[in-house]
Amino acid sequence: MDNRIYLDNAATSPIHPEVLDVMFTAMKEVYGNPSSAHAHGRKAKNLLEESRGTIAKLLHCQPGEIIFTSGGTEADNMILRGSVKNLGVKNIITSPIEHHAVFHTVEELAKEGVVKTHLVELDELGHIKLDHLEKLLSENPHALVSLMHGNNEIGNLLSLKKAGELAHKYGALFHSDTVQTMGQFAIDLSQGYVDFAVGAAHKFNGPKGIGFMFCSRKNRPAPLITGGAQERELRSGTENVHAAAGMAKALEISFRDMEKKREHVQNLKNHMMEILREEIPGVTFNGDAEGHSLPNVLSVSFPESETGEMLLFNLDIAGISASGGSACSAGANVGSHVIHALHPGSKRTTVRFSFGKQNTVEEIDQTVAKLKTWYPVPASV
Amino acid sequence: MQLPIYLDNNATTKVDPRVFEAMTPFFLNDFGNAASRSHSFGWKAEEAVDYAREQIAALIGANEKEIIFTSGATESNNLAIKGVFEMYASKGKHIITSVTEHKAVLDTCKHLEKLGAEITYLPVAMDGMLDMKDLENAIRPDTILVSIMYGNNEMGVVQKIREIGALCKSKGVLFHSDATQAVGKIPVDVIADNIDLMSFTAHKMYGPKGIGALFVRRKNPRVKVTAQMDGGGHERGMRSGTLNVPGIVGFGKACELARLEMAQDAERLSKLRDKLENALLKLEESYVNGNKENRLPHTTNISFKYVEGEGLMMAVKDIAVSSGSACTSASLEPSYVLKALGLDDELAHSSLRFGLSRFTTEEEIDYTINYVTQAVNRLRDMSPLWEMFKDGVDLKSIEWSEH
Repeated sequence: MDNRIYLDNAATSPIHPEVLDVMFTAMKEVYGNPSSAHAHGRKAKNLLEESRGTIAKLLHCQPGEIIFTSGGTEADNMILRGSVKNLGVKNIITSPIEHHAVFHTVEELAKEGVVKTHLVELDELGHIKLDHLEKLLSENPHALVSLMHGNNEIGNLLSLKKAGELAHKYGALFHSDTVQTMGQFAIDLSQGYVDFAVGAAHKFNGPKGIGFMFCSRKNRPAPLITGGAQERELRSGTENVHAAAGMAKALEISFRDMEKKREHVQNLKNHMMEILREEIPGVTFNGDAEGHSLPNVLSVSFPESETGEMLLFNLDIAGISASGGSACSAGANVGSHVIHALHPGSKRTTVRFSFGKQNTVEEIDQTVAKLKTWYPVPASV
Repeated sequence: MQLPIYLDNNATTKVDPRVFEAMTPFFLNDFGNAASRSHSFGWKAEEAVDYAREQIAALIGANEKEIIFTSGATESNNLAIKGVFEMYASKGKHIITSVTEHKAVLDTCKHLEKLGAEITYLPVAMDGMLDMKDLENAIRPDTILVSIMYGNNEMGVVQKIREIGALCKSKGVLFHSDATQAVGKIPVDVIADNIDLMSFTAHKMYGPKGIGALFVRRKNPRVKVTAQMDGGGHERGMRSGTLNVPGIVGFGKACELARLEMAQDAERLSKLRDKLENALLKLEESYVNGNKENRLPHTTNISFKYVEGEGLMMAVKDIAVSSGSACTSASLEPSYVLKALGLDDELAHSSLRFGLSRFTTEEEIDYTINYVTQAVNRLRDMSPLWEMFKDGVDLKSIEWSEH
């Protein structure tokens, strides 16, 4: 697959070679069960706790506040379901453009009748209206606010400080789905803006099948999975040691190379916007692409056209991998719920391009050149 | 030969190099998200997942559509039991299980009790076997699920799963089996065994940690479980979350290897196990726990009477073994499984579980025999209880004064 252009890094990202080294070594040499009392077990436990410590240090929290899970979806589920069970949450304030791991879980909880859901209004760029958030907070006590940090489809960024301070002003808990921003921004959990945050290693060049939940010591949700009482009784199941070690390494590298990588993907994004505007008339960008936005995500809205529906297919034939929206709902032909919330009824075609450190300016040029062939400039008048 | 010798393969196993090799490309070039439907990175990942599903299904006689991927057996057990409890709430709220189940089942049942479930915990006989009559008598009109493990993690006892499955079917009750220790070690056939739901995991059969599966029957009857995690609707809506593609590929390979090599592994390991067991039973006052006829081929659990438990663990440092389940070994409590067989606290404490693997050598077993024999003898030489026993004092007759 080496000649293909991969512009779907928000769906999943290639693993970093250094991460792979750590994992391979761990799989071969540290194969004990961390719960076992013998030498093999202790070695595994040490690696697990070292990994936790690395993550905690990078994020400025206590190791005990990092709970390993199988990924972002599980972490989001545990936080939402577990705080309804354990922390007296009666209202969940969220937005219509959350990832399905949050949105469907909140829907499910509402269906069970255990919480009421309240959706925050968005402005025309897709940002949360903070005054509406405040209104909802003032009307709904015992609330949990769940708002994602960086939107996976349109890239919009939320100010954790503003949203968190607002939530806390009204005594609400604040959960932010930080899956897209973890490793991309230096999130400092010691500031106390968020009560819950999550990470999924495969979004920051780590392995699939491992993630974590951050939860402050005073707000412990009920566990989702019970059994061997691992992870401070919050998450049972034999710990995925080699993957945890890989995740810690991936986060470490992300922090180490953060500025450089952010600059790189931001350049690619700017470049793509610039030449798309030049080459394809009528192109617009969803969300606040040029403002408060993820540097690696660009949601492009192409003008209505007969071939629009085939655009992703044609891109793939041309060796370019991109996405129509979130991978997690890519199978369904219902269109993106995020785009629908922002532009109901639009017949334009949306493609999400998301960049990684391996992408180059040449790849962007090739991609746009290809796109141009499907959107020819009308003969000059 | 490398020390310490790893004989705790019921806790977890080393990844087979062939599994490892199968996984590698999916870390490197084929790293796509299996749910990405718009490009070939995604398709390639999905193809690999589908292939692994077939490999896994083939090992247990299932259809590939009946395999739901999870993060491991604990999650599978949770999904099966909580999922059935929620899905079949209108039919009833009674669940039957046994006292020697893994904590992943027992804790989940305890959790459901708080939510209004009625749980019957069946006792076992001194050899760890369930009495079929007990089970039959426990089934009520509102029983929705029977959850009985296939092979026990501590003593290796294999229940009469086929009889249990047939009984459940005749009574119209769903049957879940935690087959974490059995799959890949002994033949398991979900159709012949009439199993409706079955939990198992890769890392107990030379696959990677962090990946497991729940078999959910699709025909006769069509079984459904309520999802415990919502999101992208992966795994037919029963388990959301980006699929762990390299883990799944490794799991598939591990299952294929098990299917092809299980018979020869089992034959070799049961011989080695028997050699170890017979040699250690030459020590006076040592006993095998659990039924020896119905047992996993690679497991033995032996109690050494008049040996102090903590001392024993310390004295066998060259051998990585446990005195019970890894998931509870951090606590100083004696094994609840052994206590359920009727062992007292002292004897349960002075028990060792040996779990052999594909990588265990005869040399390692020979070393273990000598090493453990010497350790037990040394500890007994220092033990006043052993001395009294040798002097013919009936220890049960002594009234211990309290200090």
